Amino acid sequence: MRKTLTAIAAAVFAVAGFAAPASAEGEKFVLVSHAPDSDSWWNTIKNAIAVAGDQMKVSVEYRNPPTGDLADMARIVEQAAASRPDGIIVTIADYDVLSGPITEAVARGIPVITINSGTVEQSKKLGALTHVGQPEYDAGFGAGERLGAAGAKKFLCVNHYITNPASVERCQGFAAALGVELGNQMIDAGQDPAEIQNKVSAFLQSNPDTNAILALGPTSAHPTLAALEQSGKAGSMMFGTFDLSGEIAAGIKAGKIDFAIDQQPYLQGYLPVVFLTNLARYGVMPSNPVNSGPGFVTKDNIELVEKLAGQYR
Amino acid sequence: MTDERIKQVSALRRAMIRPELGATTGTLLVFLFFLLIAGDSGMFSPEGIRNWTVVSAQFAIIAVGACLLMIAGEFDLSVGSMIGFAGVVIAILSVQMGWPVWAAILAAFAICLALGWVNGMLVIKTGLPSFIVTLAFLYILRGLTIWLSILTTRQTIIGGVKDVAQNDWLAFLFGGVVLKDLFAWFADIGLIEKFVAGTRAGQPVVEGVPMLVIWALLLVAFGHVLLTRTKFGNWIFAAGGDAQAARYVGVPVARVKVTMFMFTAFCACVFATCQVIEFGSAAADRGLLKEFEAIICVVIGGALLTGGYGSVIGAALGAIIFGVVQQGLFFSGAESSLFRVFLGTILILAVILNTYIRRMITGER
Repeated sequence: MRKTLTAIAAAVFAVAGFAAPASAEGEKFVLVSHAPDSDSWWNTIKNAIAVAGDQMKVSVEYRNPPTGDLADMARIVEQAAASRPDGIIVTIADYDVLSGPITEAVARGIPVITINSGTVEQSKKLGALTHVGQPEYDAGFGAGERLGAAGAKKFLCVNHYITNPASVERCQGFAAALGVELGNQMIDAGQDPAEIQNKVSAFLQSNPDTNAILALGPTSAHPTLAALEQSGKAGSMMFGTFDLSGEIAAGIKAGKIDFAIDQQPYLQGYLPVVFLTNLARYGVMPSNPVNSGPGFVTKDNIELVEKLAGQYR
Repeated sequence: MTDERIKQVSALRRAMIRPELGATTGTLLVFLFFLLIAGDSGMFSPEGIRNWTVVSAQFAIIAVGACLLMIAGEFDLSVGSMIGFAGVVIAILSVQMGWPVWAAILAAFAICLALGWVNGMLVIKTGLPSFIVTLAFLYILRGLTIWLSILTTRQTIIGGVKDVAQNDWLAFLFGGVVLKDLFAWFADIGLIEKFVAGTRAGQPVVEGVPMLVIWALLLVAFGHVLLTRTKFGNWIFAAGGDAQAARYVGVPVARVKVTMFMFTAFCACVFATCQVIEFGSAAADRGLLKEFEAIICVVIGGALLTGGYGSVIGAALGAIIFGVVQQGLFFSGAESSLFRVFLGTILILAVILNTYIRRMITGER
């Protein structure tokens, strides 16, 4: 008895203290992402939906599977549909897993916008209203073209989220642009910074002819940068990364990172909320999918970006 | 009246030392709590109920195995990795190698049972704690899973199972939906809403009872009967309570423990098969942390970590509490990252209560 009473008290605390604020205008949207809790990159999108929520006077809840397990994510999408929101914003982390829950939500008459992962074709097939994102393979390919032009031959792709197909596609696009096989040039880095750093060091030691590195986000880019600094290769090794953070911006300024591929996640959080709100209130919706990226952040335009990195960029 | 075996025990005390007691009150209070706070959020609408029932059933399937194993005095930390591994085995065999789905499923079960046997034999033969042996398999199986899927498809997700599993009799037993007619009738009389748009317009939003739920019920019933109504059940308690004493009275402790490891692996494979057939794909990260979630359900359900004491019904109630709390916090609009805070709190309180109960039973101070 004592156990359960205290548990109830804890739950009351949890729910009362931290519930999302209800808003006057009333519309309620849910954003479901595939990112595990440990992925800091999604903070920008959380900030974006907070800003959009304030401006539009709507409430937007953020949901994710804590371990990044996509089967859990499918349950969360089902749950989101059952709670009858005015719209669902969801990533297509894997078409097979999510097609059931997403089409069910669409069939219930809930407006759905897909963001981030997945393609425009998949989004259309699911019956979503539009897609806001960056084509992954093309983005990796673009990065490969840049570094290939600068002389990249043998590379390392630091994949910290190897179980997400989109991550693998980025590495494959990069390899294709260089005209080489991906092979063992992609490593499963895991999520732990110390582990990533040591894996990168070990790879570079055993493959000394590597002259370019692609990191797939801050989670892998920060430890990779640390590994390069440790071995004195920072600045000489060609190094591109997906996404931005404070540290990556500083690395670009210092010439240690050549570029960051910016998919402008802020727009992926902000625009769907605006679209859905306007759909709910006035019945309008843009007819084309939105490419939020890729944009390349280099030494030339970093000033503009640096101040906001990690929060809104 | 000095013989403790015939000592009078008061009814209250007898009720208090039942392992399910904490979990039963817990379940009632959790439902009451969410009825009050999230009653109008869709949580208790038909599709809301399906949502947390399916999640609870998933937990229950692996909790039954973990519960019996824990009562037998051992742990299996490889459950989560086994789920990922079994799923990828099914997907590779059926999609990549063109086996019929039923053969792929049977092969996955055979491999899982063999792995459970290896786990058990390693624990018995080496005398090492099962914690360490199965922790090794947690890594081995996860690594193999990622390697196998990258090797065969260059991806960590293998899709396409849905297409090959259509009309497969065994696949239906894991991913099918039963009682469709009943639910269609529910929709006709207005108990369940219907889809309003898309290709499924006019169909009920909840089409029936997923086989996953049936499996959970069957496994719970099987585990409960095995544990409380059979000789083997007594052996499980004896093996986990005091293995040496059990051997002296003729209980085949090694066989009991190895069988329980295999049963745990079987449960993990059921979980994996249901998931693969339902979602139509297998992925290398499926089942992350599930081994701990299974243990949490079992402990909330009143089993002792030291073995020899526990209940399958309790573990099933633990699974319901876990599932309802996890999904309920979503429905109530609470910050979802706090779910783990809540879970940790429930876990520690459940363990404290269980320790208290053990002291009541054994009289130790």
